[in-house]
Amino acid sequence: MNLPILSIIVFTPLAAGLLLFLMPAHRHREIRWLALAAAALALGLSFFAYLTYDRATAGYQFVEKVPWIPQLGIGYHVGVDGMSLPLVLLTGIVMFTGVLISWGIDDRPREFFAFLFILATGVFGVFVALDMFLLLFFYELAVFPMYLLISIWGWQVTREYAAMKLTLYLFVGSVFSLVGILAMVYASGLGTFDMLAMETASFPVGFQQLWFPFVFFGFAVLGGIWPFHNWSPDGHVAAPTAVSMFHAGVLMKLGAFAALRVGIMLLPEGAKTWAPVILGLATVNVVYGALIASVQTDFKYVIGFSSVSHMGLVMLGFATLNRDGLTGAGLQMFSHGVMTALFFAVVGMVYDRAHTREIARLGGFSRVMPLVAVAFIIGGLVSMGMPGFSGFVAEFPIFLGLWQVQPVVALIAVLGIVITAGYIMRIVGKVFYGEMPKEFEGHISPVTRQDKVALVLLSALLVLIGVQPSVMAPMIAAGAEGVLRLVGGA
Amino acid sequence: MTHPASVAAMLPALLPEILLLVLGLLVLTVDLAARRRAGARTLGYLTAAGLTASLVLVLLYGRPGEGELVFGGMLRHDMASFAFAVVLLFSAAVTSLLSIDVEGVGDRGEYYFLILVATIGLSLMAAAADLMMLYLAIETASISLYVLAGYLKRDDRSTESGLKYFLFGALTSAVMLYGFSLLFGVTGRTNLYALAEIVGRGAVSPWFVGGAAVLIFVGFGFKIAAVPFHFWTPDVYEGAPTPATAYISTASKAAGFAVLLRFLLALTAPTSDAWVAVLTAMAVATMTLGNLLAIVQSNIKRLLAYSSIAHAGYALIGVVTMSTFGAASTVFYLAAYVVTNLAAFAVVILFARSAGSDRIADYAGLSRRSPGLALAMLVAMLSLAGMPPLAGFVGKFYIFAAAVDVGLVWLAFVGVINAIIGLYYYLTVLKVVYLYRSPDDDKPIAVPRAYALALAACLAAILIIGVVSAPWLGWAMQTAQSLLG
Repeated sequence: MNLPILSIIVFTPLAAGLLLFLMPAHRHREIRWLALAAAALALGLSFFAYLTYDRATAGYQFVEKVPWIPQLGIGYHVGVDGMSLPLVLLTGIVMFTGVLISWGIDDRPREFFAFLFILATGVFGVFVALDMFLLLFFYELAVFPMYLLISIWGWQVTREYAAMKLTLYLFVGSVFSLVGILAMVYASGLGTFDMLAMETASFPVGFQQLWFPFVFFGFAVLGGIWPFHNWSPDGHVAAPTAVSMFHAGVLMKLGAFAALRVGIMLLPEGAKTWAPVILGLATVNVVYGALIASVQTDFKYVIGFSSVSHMGLVMLGFATLNRDGLTGAGLQMFSHGVMTALFFAVVGMVYDRAHTREIARLGGFSRVMPLVAVAFIIGGLVSMGMPGFSGFVAEFPIFLGLWQVQPVVALIAVLGIVITAGYIMRIVGKVFYGEMPKEFEGHISPVTRQDKVALVLLSALLVLIGVQPSVMAPMIAAGAEGVLRLVGGA
Repeated sequence: MTHPASVAAMLPALLPEILLLVLGLLVLTVDLAARRRAGARTLGYLTAAGLTASLVLVLLYGRPGEGELVFGGMLRHDMASFAFAVVLLFSAAVTSLLSIDVEGVGDRGEYYFLILVATIGLSLMAAAADLMMLYLAIETASISLYVLAGYLKRDDRSTESGLKYFLFGALTSAVMLYGFSLLFGVTGRTNLYALAEIVGRGAVSPWFVGGAAVLIFVGFGFKIAAVPFHFWTPDVYEGAPTPATAYISTASKAAGFAVLLRFLLALTAPTSDAWVAVLTAMAVATMTLGNLLAIVQSNIKRLLAYSSIAHAGYALIGVVTMSTFGAASTVFYLAAYVVTNLAAFAVVILFARSAGSDRIADYAGLSRRSPGLALAMLVAMLSLAGMPPLAGFVGKFYIFAAAVDVGLVWLAFVGVINAIIGLYYYLTVLKVVYLYRSPDDDKPIAVPRAYALALAACLAAILIIGVVSAPWLGWAMQTAQSLLG
């Protein structure tokens, strides 16, 4: 029997989390190293899986299937394809860099890392699940650690409000999806929650049209789709840095991915009916998100709303239901995940030193922390979709796909990119260049070694995919092929 | 359905009750003979150990074969009586452990004796197949529970709690008895299954049976604390000694559901539509009212009281599906609820022991005072809220699945919307526990060994039921089948 590599990836964080609870609370040093070791292991294994995935045969690989609740046809069934494997890798990266960034946490680090890791297990689990019960199980496993992480370690001003808002939004979305999934299972008459079996269910068109919105939008709440995006900027801002990274970097993909996997792939006719609606809403995401981002005065809120805008591009890619759009959406999920993790890491580093996030009160930071400035500029270029960076590789196919179905939408959505360029330039100019206010002169400590490692790792990935798209694009294209097989047009 | 010939062959049906009675007498004897010499905790440990041993013996020797009527049709020895006996014994064992260090009850032999007698009554309720037997069982259990609720003689709230419980109980059980008498009057039978056969033939007007059933539901509704028979719950839960509250909210409710399920599934008849409509309305009202009122509570025992009302509502969803899977989901849900609620009350008792308060606001700083206890509270609250990987998640999942399975999608929606409200107030408690600080942050909370044991058992059960749920679902399915067959 082969090594159950996906299970090891999924349960490493959980095991580490439980182990952490057994450690004495005051051994901060050991706690951090244990956390880092677990994160490194998960990242290493994800990377290994990524490299050994057979692109020629594509399809689901590293599959494990064990009956779990046989009475209801529920199994522990996991596997990854070209769509999900990059997201597993992304989770590994964000988890690893998140631990590095959180090195300085002094308030109950044991609980912090333990909850962060339970969250990570939930996230990994959703990406690899091939059984709808398993997917929901992991999905909701990710909900409550989020609440505690934000409400305990978050920004004191808004954390209670933001944490509750976020948790309730996510839970509302997930329970609506839950009912949709139950409706699918019992309407199919197949007596199984297995997604691969469910692909053959061929539901009546009317049924699909009725239930698609429940399943798709239920999950898409977590993907930040307008008008259900409201939790996300508040949540991002209130969360501690590592959690913001996780949140915008990985959690929003969780929603988008589940909406794709269960909504679009299992109810393709419903997806076709609802695609114009999704196109419309996602366009609002892109443009409205960018506009709101550009009027924010709080650095972190800018990034928070930029996530709303960029996740709109992912949803647009989904809604095209064609090869280019889906491939672009897959790439955008990865690219945005890394980029936004980088952004939030930078925001955290600036805030930790300046103790303010008011853009107007910041300035000249490139002189004291040049590496941070460079990293932010790289992230900014990705965000604007500049060629040579991963953002271009991702956004170009999305617009290509969009042009084939709705040129008008493509034209409107492209405005979002222009506005993005505007607000990114403004931040770069104001925060990193320009005059440094007197009060900061000589008070800004250099970034730590852990921070540097995280920044370099994240920025390097963005550049690598930008200059050499072949490290990821073919795999995601293979994944998109799997989606097209179900929605037609392969 | 077979009838065993000899009394000896019928004894396994009474195994839990026999063991409980022996244990009860033992506790009283030890209390009289050796109380002075033995430590104050002896009786509690003795009861808990005896109950655990009984649990093991029942698991080993009390397993039923095909369901059979025993003792002249008074009881039915089947999977349902067995499964509920297991749950009740677990609940009683944990309750005894939780009582050990509680002032005014922990060293009293008659207190443990009352718990054991109540357990006998509840376990007979789950097995009763005859209206007379059912009534006697309900009264045996109820009267012991009234006394337990009012056990703290010097505490006004406890005596008030006992009296309130008694008055409500007496009223509803009178109405229920009237319903029984009507059924007997038209059929001439008191045996549930004989009665069901006559009703099933259509010999009696369905409207008449429906009317009688509604009267009977008053009594059952009181036992499970369903709206509109829930008014006693918050006051009784708040005033009663907390271990007694834990017991009333778990064991008594579970047995109430056992009776409801047996009665309803045996009498599945032409009339069932009308009753199901009544019960569906009850389920919706119970969930919604329980959850909404829980939001505004500032006392943890009252919050748990309203939450327990809401949980009765969820469990009723499984009942009104009137399907095997639905009944199984209710049984499963109850097991998950019992272990979770016991864990929650264990934390409440421990906290009150050290901090002397049941106010939610006073739980501030608990995560610093006792990280372990805070974690236990986290697990209990999240399981009540229905979060994976805990028992409450799968429980709710089965309930909603059963509803969708029979086409009650709207009821599943009502259920999930209620789950959202539930999550809100459980998180509010956790927020206080984990987020807020108190001046007492540095005062740790002692966890005596008995409590650690009880808590560990409950938490392990919550996790096991949540992660490895297939075998227990299998039991629940068998239980449901035995009730239908």
